[in-house]
Amino acid sequence: MQQIINFIFKNSIRLLFLLLLITSLTLTIQSHSYHRSQFVSSANVVTGGVYQRINNVKEYFNLRTQNNDLAKENAYLKQLLYNKPDTVIASTELIPRGYEDIKVIQSKVINNSFNVPENYITINSGSADGVKPDMGVVNSLGIVGIIEKTSKNYATVQSILNVKSQINAKIKKSNHFGSLIWNAKNVGYAQLIDVPRLASVKKGDTIVTGGRSVIFPENIPIGKIDKIFIDKATNYYTINIRLFNDMTNLGHVYVIENVKRKEIIKLEEETKPDE
Amino acid sequence: MNSTFILNIFRFVALLALQVVVFNNINFLGYVNPFPYILFILLYPVNGNRAGLLVASFLLGLSMDMFCNSGGVHATACLVLAYLRPSIFKFAFGISYEYQTVKIADKLSPERFTFILIAVLIHHLVLYLLEIFRFSFFWEILWRTLLSTLFTLILCIVSIYLIKPSKR
Repeated sequence: MQQIINFIFKNSIRLLFLLLLITSLTLTIQSHSYHRSQFVSSANVVTGGVYQRINNVKEYFNLRTQNNDLAKENAYLKQLLYNKPDTVIASTELIPRGYEDIKVIQSKVINNSFNVPENYITINSGSADGVKPDMGVVNSLGIVGIIEKTSKNYATVQSILNVKSQINAKIKKSNHFGSLIWNAKNVGYAQLIDVPRLASVKKGDTIVTGGRSVIFPENIPIGKIDKIFIDKATNYYTINIRLFNDMTNLGHVYVIENVKRKEIIKLEEETKPDE
Repeated sequence: MNSTFILNIFRFVALLALQVVVFNNINFLGYVNPFPYILFILLYPVNGNRAGLLVASFLLGLSMDMFCNSGGVHATACLVLAYLRPSIFKFAFGISYEYQTVKIADKLSPERFTFILIAVLIHHLVLYLLEIFRFSFFWEILWRTLLSTLFTLILCIVSIYLIKPSKR
C-alpha cells in the first residue's frame, strides 16, 4: 500500500498528463466520427455569444454586397411570383394552403471556417427558432450545408466544404445522380463522384441537388462542371465543380425544413428488410 | 494569490481573446493561420507548478476547440507541449537550466530561439496531425505545419519584443 501511494506521488505529473491526454484524445476521436461530441462546440452560450459580438462589427464591412444580393434575390422572386397566374398573390392568408410542406427559417452566419478539412459554420438561430439537426441550409446562390447541432439560440452547420459531408446531387440536364464531396484542396471547388459513365456530361453543365435527399428540396443550384475525370478502376466519372457560392463570404442564409421528412424516414425504416 | 498567478490568468484570457478575434481570421493563402496563443505555455514561469501548467494548457486548448469546432485537437496539442516543455528547456539551455533562472522574455539569443522554434514545431505538428487525421494527406500536414510554424514563430518573437523591450 505504501508503495502504491509512493508511486502515485512520484509520478503524479505523468499520471495527470495521461489522464488529460486520454480525455482530449477521446474528444478528438469523437469529433472525427459522425455524431460529434456534445459539449465542445461553438453552438454554446459563451462561444456563440462571442461570435455574435464579433459578427456585429464585421457585418458593416460588407453591408453593400449583402444588400445587393438580397435585393437581387427579391427581384427574382417577385418576377416569378407576378408571372405565376394563380392563387399565391390573391390569397389572403400569409402562407396559403398547399405551401406548407417546406418551411424556411431566416438566419445569419456569425462564424465561418474554410481553412481546415472539416469546416463548420455557426449561425444565429437555434432550437428556439425551430432549427433542428439535419435540416438543410442554403442561400440565394446555392447550398451551404447541413445543420449539425443546435443550442437554444445558435446552431452549427456542417459546411459543404467538409470532407465528411456527402450530399445527393444530379446533373440538371440529364438527371443522372452522384454524390457531392469535397477533397479539401480548394474552397471554390467541390467534387461530384459516382456519376455513371452512361451519363453525357459536358463542361459548363449545371449541377443541382437531387430529389433523393430528404434534407434539401430538388433543384437547388450547386455549381457548374469545370473538369471531368474518368476513374479507370470503377467506370465512374469524377467531376470537378465550380461552386456558385463563394463559401468564404456568407451572410444571410435560409434553413430549410422538410415537414414530411420524419414521415419519409419512418416509412423507409419500416420498409427495410430485417438483417 | 501572488502577482505571477494573476499575470498568468490575465495572459490566458488576453491571448485566447486575441487568437479568436484576430489571428483566427487571417487565413493567409486561404488556410494558414498563426497560433500565438501558445505563448501562454512558453511564458509560464520556469519553476512554476507543473500540474498547474498541465491543467491550464488543457483548459486553454479546450476553449480554443470550442471556438474552432475541432473536438479536442488544440487541447491535445497544448497538453503535449506543456508536458514536453521541461525536456525542450533541457535541450535548448543545457542540463542545469533550473538553477540559471532562465527567462524567455528577454533578449533574443540562439538558445531562446531554439526553444521557441522547437516548441512551436511540436505543437503545430500534433495539431495538424490530429486535425487532418488521415494519412492520405501526409504532405498536406507537413506543408501546413511548416507554413504555420514560420508564421507563429515570427509573431511570437515580435510580440515578446513588443511587450517586454530590453531594459538595458
